Amino acid sequence: MTQAAIVLDNVTKAFGDGARPALDRVSLRVPARQFLAVVGPSGSGKTTLLRLINRLTDQGEGRVLVEGRDARDVDPIALRRRIGYVFQGIGLFPHMTVAENIAITPRLMGWDDKRRGGRVNKLLKLVRLPQKYRGRLPSELSGGERQRVGIARALAAEPKIVLMDEPFGALDALTRDALGRDVRALHDKLRLTTVMITHDLTEAVLLADRVVVIHQGRLIEDATPKALMTSPRHAYVRELVETPRRQAERLGALVGKRP
Amino acid sequence: MNFDPRIGEAFARLPDYLGNHVLVSATALGLGLLISLPLAIAATRRPGLRWPLLAFASLIQTIPSLALLALFYPLLLGLSALTERTFGAGFSALGFLPAVVALTLYSMLPVLRNTVTGIVGLDPAIKEAALGVGMTPRQTLFMVELPLALPVIMAGIRTAAVWVIGTATLSTPIGQTSLGNYIFTGLQTQNWVFVLFGCVAAAAFALAVDQFLALIERGAGERKRAPIALGVAGLAIILAASLAPVLGRPAATYIVGAKTFTEQYVLAALIRDRLASADLTASRRDGLGSAVIFNALLAGDIDVYVEYSGTLWTNQMGRRDVRPRGEVLAELDTWLRQRKLRMLGGLGFENAYALAMPRAKAAALGVRSIADLAAHAPQLSIAGDYEFFARPEWAALRDAYGLRFRAERQMQPDFMYQAAAAGDVDVVSAYTSEGLVAKYDLVILDDPKRAIPPYDAILLLAPKRAGDEKLAATLMPLVNAIDVEKMRAANLRATTSSPEEVARWLWEQVRPGR
Repeated sequence: MTQAAIVLDNVTKAFGDGARPALDRVSLRVPARQFLAVVGPSGSGKTTLLRLINRLTDQGEGRVLVEGRDARDVDPIALRRRIGYVFQGIGLFPHMTVAENIAITPRLMGWDDKRRGGRVNKLLKLVRLPQKYRGRLPSELSGGERQRVGIARALAAEPKIVLMDEPFGALDALTRDALGRDVRALHDKLRLTTVMITHDLTEAVLLADRVVVIHQGRLIEDATPKALMTSPRHAYVRELVETPRRQAERLGALVGKRP
Repeated sequence: MNFDPRIGEAFARLPDYLGNHVLVSATALGLGLLISLPLAIAATRRPGLRWPLLAFASLIQTIPSLALLALFYPLLLGLSALTERTFGAGFSALGFLPAVVALTLYSMLPVLRNTVTGIVGLDPAIKEAALGVGMTPRQTLFMVELPLALPVIMAGIRTAAVWVIGTATLSTPIGQTSLGNYIFTGLQTQNWVFVLFGCVAAAAFALAVDQFLALIERGAGERKRAPIALGVAGLAIILAASLAPVLGRPAATYIVGAKTFTEQYVLAALIRDRLASADLTASRRDGLGSAVIFNALLAGDIDVYVEYSGTLWTNQMGRRDVRPRGEVLAELDTWLRQRKLRMLGGLGFENAYALAMPRAKAAALGVRSIADLAAHAPQLSIAGDYEFFARPEWAALRDAYGLRFRAERQMQPDFMYQAAAAGDVDVVSAYTSEGLVAKYDLVILDDPKRAIPPYDAILLLAPKRAGDEKLAATLMPLVNAIDVEKMRAANLRATTSSPEEVARWLWEQVRPGR
């Protein structure tokens, strides 16, 4: 068995006393180089799951292992620098240029100017942004371009693991699709382990190798995209799958009618 | 083109006044930032600290600035006495220190409030991103929070700077030389050129600092070096140019104190000239409050000033009885010796409180003394200076003659006489050596019951100067040299000439061997 990149072992996390836990006895093993999508409605606990991995939220009960080591035993700052993180709100620093935003984690890690400059060049190519964008401020970019910068920033320090929290949430349909395919291509090319959170099941099944569904803090489904779409076990998941299936059938019918 | 000679004189004083003003406001602002910025940052980390901190700063802001400045004098005086006892070394509680402490407190609110608001109000997604990319809390602060909150913080700093520079003009009465000296001296001597000059100078200074800070703010916002460099250079030039004359000057050996009215300015100038003629370097602390100046002498913050026997008798000794002149002076001498102060002697005139009214009105009512006045008082209004109605002399007069006026008003002394001459008030408190009494054709009413104690002008030396025979010998020619007519004439002259000019004129009138 290859070493898992991320392991959650019976993790429970509650905010405040007496409240229903945000995560309730969740166990999950993410092998290296897997693209995992975590699906669930808002408030289901999926963001908490992600934040536990890079310790943006502190651990509750149970264990979280990252690359074989208990996340509790490593310095959270070093851990976050080793893990790429893409935010729903994109979260670019408005007072820094595109190049400075991309190179922030390498800068924190003490890379010299030359190495950082080379890395920015390479990343701009990877996320398919023109080099002339280096000196621009985030406010001068479109939403899609901004998230490309966000993705480049997450990849800058050459992480093996990338966490994405609704990375395409704020984008229009066309941009979402293009960016989604680029992210998948980057995942394969750079041999990453990716955990992506989304509430859009279609996006999850089209991009990921594996989809887990979180509902009210519990992990209720864990399957390949195909298995999920064809034989969902949990009632909520059946409901969830219904809409894209119907849409796909109707689209198929529409396309099929064409001469 | 002919300029008013007072403009030239105002410019001559500018290096001293502006330099001291810059020194005290820059120190206070620097200290304020040094305290407020870390406190504000701590408050953004601990919400529990935020409310008490801002409440405290707001509370300070509600204290009138003049009162805040005045409060720190006695406070520091007590502290100085305490360190003197415990460590054997006190510090000067007059002037610079209380002014800096009060102004520092005054500068805190805008900096605290804007820094807290600027940082707390940042988009939470940005702070989350800072953590997510692996910043330490310190890096988050310096690389993200402070740069993004900088425009708001700078706006707070600019407000604080303008407040401090403006309020620093009020530090004159507690002994800190500032641009306020123009305003306080000008008000006392009816020198409106000085008042205006002081206001314009303070405003111009505040405006210049504000504009240079605005340049820095703009440069920081647009991430451009040139405006920042220009702003910093501008501030540095202001600081260096104005501080050079103040810091480069040798410290004066003697400090001559003066209260807040014309006669005191003239006499302080006279004393300074006498010391200079004996090669004793001396500087002046003008415009000190009545209560401040005696304590300043006791503490050795000033070396010499002219006091009035009645003021000490009632205010410092707490006496309510009225005694003949000789007895008062003898008792006073003993009392001063117990405090290691030295009374060099009387100058030769009295400046007692008195009541005065326009000559025509007095004649029409048949009023010649305060006893005559008592019958008419219920139909008349009276105006007094800021202290008068709170002074024991007033209580003594009122009780001795049963005075009951229709209205009591407080006024700036110089306006008071004008108001009486114009008929706005009927009776005014006056001083027997006042030159304006004659100018406005007022008569001083007799005090047949001797309700007001004698007010001989006396020269007092600080404890550390009590044995200074060179100082004593230099000032001795002034003792019993100035009669009330000469002082009145000098005071009248001071309404149109500067105290320094009048002091020279007065010396010509009283110098021995003339």
